[in-house]
Amino acid sequence: MNAVIAQLPVLILVVPIVGALLILLAGKVNRNFSYPVTLATISFQFAASLILLSAVMTGGTIHYYLGGWPPPMGIELVLDAFNSFVLVVILAMALLTAVWARQGAALDIPPEKTVPFFVVFQLLVTGLCGMTITGDIFNLYVFVEITSIAAYVLVASGRGARSLIAGFNYLVLGSIAAGFIVLGIGYLYVATGTLNMGELAAMLPASYGLATVHAAFLFLMIGFSIKVAFFPLHLWLPDAYTESPAVVTILIATATSKVTAYAMIRVIFSVFTPQYITESFPVTEVILIIAAIAIIAGAVLAIAQDNLKRMLAYSSISQMGYIMFAIGIANQIALEGGLLHIMAHAVMKGCLFMVAGMIIYRTGITGIHQMSGLSRTMPLTCAAFALAGASMIGIPPTIGFMSKYYLVLGAVEAGQYLAAAVLLIGSLLAAVYIWRVIEIMYFGDHHEGALHSGPEAPLSMLVPVLILAASCLLLGLFVDIPLEIIGPAVTLLLGGS
Amino acid sequence: MTLDTLPLLALLAPLTAAVLIPVVGRHENLRESVTLIAAGSMVLMVLAMLPEILEGGRISITLLPLLPGGDLALRADAFGMIFALTASVLWLLNSVYSIGYMRALREHDQTRFFFCFAIAITAAMGIAFSANLVTLFVFYEILTLITYPLVVHVGTPEAMQAGRKYLAYLLGGGICLLAATVVTYTLTGTTEFIPGGFLAAGSGTALSLQVLFILFMAGFVKAAWMPFHAWLPAAMVAPTPVSAFLHAVAVVTAGVFGVVRVAGWVYGTDLMAALGLGTVLAIIASFTIITASLFALAEDNLKRRLAYSTVSQLSYILLGVSMLSTAGITGAMVHIPFHAFLKITLFFGAGAIIVGTGREAISDMRGIGQKMPVTAVMFAAAAAGICGLPPFCALFSKVFLSLGAVQAGELILLGVIIASSVLNVAYFFPIIYTMLIARPSDERTLDGIREAPLFMLIPIILTVIASIAFFFSPGMPFLDLSGIALAEINGGVLP
Repeated sequence: MNAVIAQLPVLILVVPIVGALLILLAGKVNRNFSYPVTLATISFQFAASLILLSAVMTGGTIHYYLGGWPPPMGIELVLDAFNSFVLVVILAMALLTAVWARQGAALDIPPEKTVPFFVVFQLLVTGLCGMTITGDIFNLYVFVEITSIAAYVLVASGRGARSLIAGFNYLVLGSIAAGFIVLGIGYLYVATGTLNMGELAAMLPASYGLATVHAAFLFLMIGFSIKVAFFPLHLWLPDAYTESPAVVTILIATATSKVTAYAMIRVIFSVFTPQYITESFPVTEVILIIAAIAIIAGAVLAIAQDNLKRMLAYSSISQMGYIMFAIGIANQIALEGGLLHIMAHAVMKGCLFMVAGMIIYRTGITGIHQMSGLSRTMPLTCAAFALAGASMIGIPPTIGFMSKYYLVLGAVEAGQYLAAAVLLIGSLLAAVYIWRVIEIMYFGDHHEGALHSGPEAPLSMLVPVLILAASCLLLGLFVDIPLEIIGPAVTLLLGGS
Repeated sequence: MTLDTLPLLALLAPLTAAVLIPVVGRHENLRESVTLIAAGSMVLMVLAMLPEILEGGRISITLLPLLPGGDLALRADAFGMIFALTASVLWLLNSVYSIGYMRALREHDQTRFFFCFAIAITAAMGIAFSANLVTLFVFYEILTLITYPLVVHVGTPEAMQAGRKYLAYLLGGGICLLAATVVTYTLTGTTEFIPGGFLAAGSGTALSLQVLFILFMAGFVKAAWMPFHAWLPAAMVAPTPVSAFLHAVAVVTAGVFGVVRVAGWVYGTDLMAALGLGTVLAIIASFTIITASLFALAEDNLKRRLAYSTVSQLSYILLGVSMLSTAGITGAMVHIPFHAFLKITLFFGAGAIIVGTGREAISDMRGIGQKMPVTAVMFAAAAAGICGLPPFCALFSKVFLSLGAVQAGELILLGVIIASSVLNVAYFFPIIYTMLIARPSDERTLDGIREAPLFMLIPIILTVIASIAFFFSPGMPFLDLSGIALAEINGGVLP
C-alpha cells in the first residue's frame, strides 16, 4: 500500500490520461458508458489528492522524480502545503462539476458529441493537476498548453456560432499568452541554464541585476495575466464564460482560473522571490494599483450586465483582482487571505455558475430581468444563490467574508489604507450586482403562467449546488481548518521555513 | 445545563425556530407555535442569567476561533443584559402581535416573514452578547441582511426602492464598521470589549483615534443619527410588526447599543474626553434631536411621524453618552429599554389602526378613539410616556439625562433636552387630540370600524403596563443593570 502512495504524485497524472482513453473506448461501445468512467477517474484523482495533502501535512514536502531521474536531468513533481491544498480544491470542484454534468452536459452538448466532450473534459482536469504539482517550469508550460487547448475546445463545443467565436477569441489570446510565457521561460534558461523551479530559485538571485531576468519576469507576468484574465487583459473572458456550455463555464471559472492564479503566484514567489518583487524589481505597487482597478472595474462592468452568466464573468474579473491584490501587498496576512480567496472564490463562483446553468436548464432564461419570482419555482436553487451571493458580497460568517477580512487586515498592516478602502468599496459594488438578482428572484412580480411546475432540478444538479452553498457557510465558520494548511503554505512562499 | 451555555442557548432557541418554520410552514398554527415557544424559552433563558449578572457576574463562552482579533465569542454582562432583556421580552410580545396582524390582513409569504424574524432576533441577541468587535460585526451584518426581506415584504416598487435605500445605508455602515474593527485590531492587537476601554492615548495619534471614532459612528448608522437617518423613515413601507422590530426590538437599538459599547468598552470615558469626542457626539446628537423633532411635526403619515420621533429619541442616548458623566451614561443606558417599551406600544397602536381602519394619515383619524377605545387610550398613554410624563418610565431617563447635562456643566445640552420635550408634546398631543377628542365631519365615516383583534390588543396593554411598572420600580432590573455596567467602566463608582 505504501508503495502505491509513494507513486501517487505520478499516478494522479497517469491514471486520468489512461482514463481519457478509456472514456473514448467505453464511448465507442455505448455512448452512455463514457460518463461513469469520467466520474470514476475524477473521483480517484480527488481521493488521491486528499491522501497527498494529508501526507504533505504530516511528512512535509514530497519530491518525486519522474522515471527516477533527479533534476536537472529529469522532471520533478513537487507537492508542498500550497499546491497540495490547491490540488484538493480544484479536484473537489472538478468532481462536483462532473456530478453536475450528468444531466447538465446534455443542456449544451449534442448527444453525438458527449464522448469527445468527456474525453476533453478529463484532459483539462489532468492538465490542471499537472500545472499544480510540477516542479519544472518548462513542464509547467507544457501543462498550461494541454489545459488551454482542452479549454479552447470545450468553450467552442456549445451549440451556437457564438460559442465558436468565443472559443476562437480565447484561442488567439491564449496563444499570445503562451508565447509570452515560453519566451519568459527561455530567458530564464539563458540566465541560469536550468528549468527546475527549485534550482532556478537558488541560482536566480545572482542574476537579479540582469535585464534578461527582468525581461523574463515581465514576459511571464504578461502571459499569466492574460491567462488569469487580469484586468485589462481580460478581454477573452466575458465571452468565453458566457457563450461556452454551462458545464464548461463552471469548470473553467473554478478550476482553471484558480490553477492559473496558483501558477502565477508560484512563479512570482517560488521561482522569483519576495525580495525580487519588492527590492530588485519593485513591481508590487504596480500590481496593487492594477488589482485595485480590476476590483472596481470588474464590479462596475458586472453591474451593467443583464445576462446572468456574463454578469458572473465580470464578477470573476473583479474577484481575480482580490487574489492579485494579495500579491501586491505580499505580507503574511494578505497572502493568507489571497490563498483563502482562491478556495472561497472557487466555491462560491462554482455555486453561482451552477445556479445560472440550472436556471437555463429549467426555464431557458438567461436574462436577469426575466427571473422575477423565480424563487417560487426553484426555491432551493435560489436559496443557494442567495447564500453564495452573500459570500460573494462578503457577509459574515461566510467564507467570502473571511478571505476579505484577511486581505483588508493585511492591507491595513502594510499601511495601505487606500487599498483597504478599495477592497471594501469593491464588496459594496458586489452587493449591488448580486443583490439585484436576489431582489428580482425573491420579490419580483410573479407571472406564474410562464413558469411550469414540477421538480426544480435533477438531484445530480441540486446536490452539488447545495454542497457548495453549504460550504460557503461552513468553511467560513470553520475557517481555521483551511488556515492550518494555508498558514504554513504562505510562510513557505515568503521564504520562511 | 450549566450557566455558561445560557447565552448560546438564548441564540439557539430562535435559530432552531428558524430551521423549523420553513419545515412546518404549511401548518399555520404549528408554525406560529414554534415562534411563540422559541420566544418564550428565549425570555426564560435570559431571565435565568439575570440573577448572576445582577450579582456582578459575567457569563462567557467562546464558540469558534474565527479570525485574528476575535473569536466568535459570547459574553453576557450587565449592559448586554439591558439589550438582551429588552429584545427578548419585546420579541415575545411582537410575535404575538405579528400573528394577529399578519392574519388579520391575510398577508402573503408569512412563512418567509416568520423565518426572517427568527434569524433577526438571533442576530440581535448575538449583538447583545458579543464579547468583541468581530462578533458584534458578524451579527450586525446578519441583522442588516435578514431584515431586508422584512422591510420589502409587500414587494411593491415603492417598497423595493425603500429596501435598496435601507441596504445601501446599512451595508455602507457595515463596511465602515469592518474598517474600524480592522484598524482597532491593527492598533491594539485585540478587539475584545474591556470595561473602561482598551484603546489608550498611545495606541495611535490623536487624529487617527478621532478618525477611527468617526468610522465607528459611520458604522453604527443603525442609530439613525442625522444626516444618515433617511433609511429609517423609508423603511416605514414595511408591515407594522417589522416597524416595531426595527424601532424598538432590535435594529436601531443595536445601533445605539454599539455606540455605547464602543464609548465605554473600547475607548473609555477618559480617552473620549481627552480626544474631544464627547463634543463631537454632543453636536451630532443635539442636531439630530431638534431636527428630527421638527421633521416629525411636519409629517401627516402616522408611521413616518413615529419614525422621526425614533430618530430624535435615539439621539437622546447618544447625547447621554456624549456627556461622559455618570448620570449621562446612566440615562443613555436606561433610555434604551424605556424608549423601546414605549415606542413599540406606539407602533403596535399604529398597526392596530391600520388593521381596524386601513388609515395611515393622522388627519384621517378623527374620532377613531370612539370605535377603538383601547388602542387609542394605550397609544395616548405611550405618547405621554415618551414626552417624559409620569407615571411612565421614560421620565427617569430624561431626569438622568438632564442631571448629566448639569453635572457636565453643559447647559446647552439641558436646553436641547427641554426644547425637545416641548417639541415632543407638540407632535404627539395633536395625535391624541385627533384620536380621542376631535369629531369627524361626518360620523358615518366611522361606521364599520372595530377594535383590533385580541392577539394585537394584549401586547399593547402589556407594554403599557410594563412601562408603568418600570416607573414604580425603575431599579429592577434596568437601573440596577446600568449601575453595574457603569461601575464596570468607571471602576467602582455607582450613580
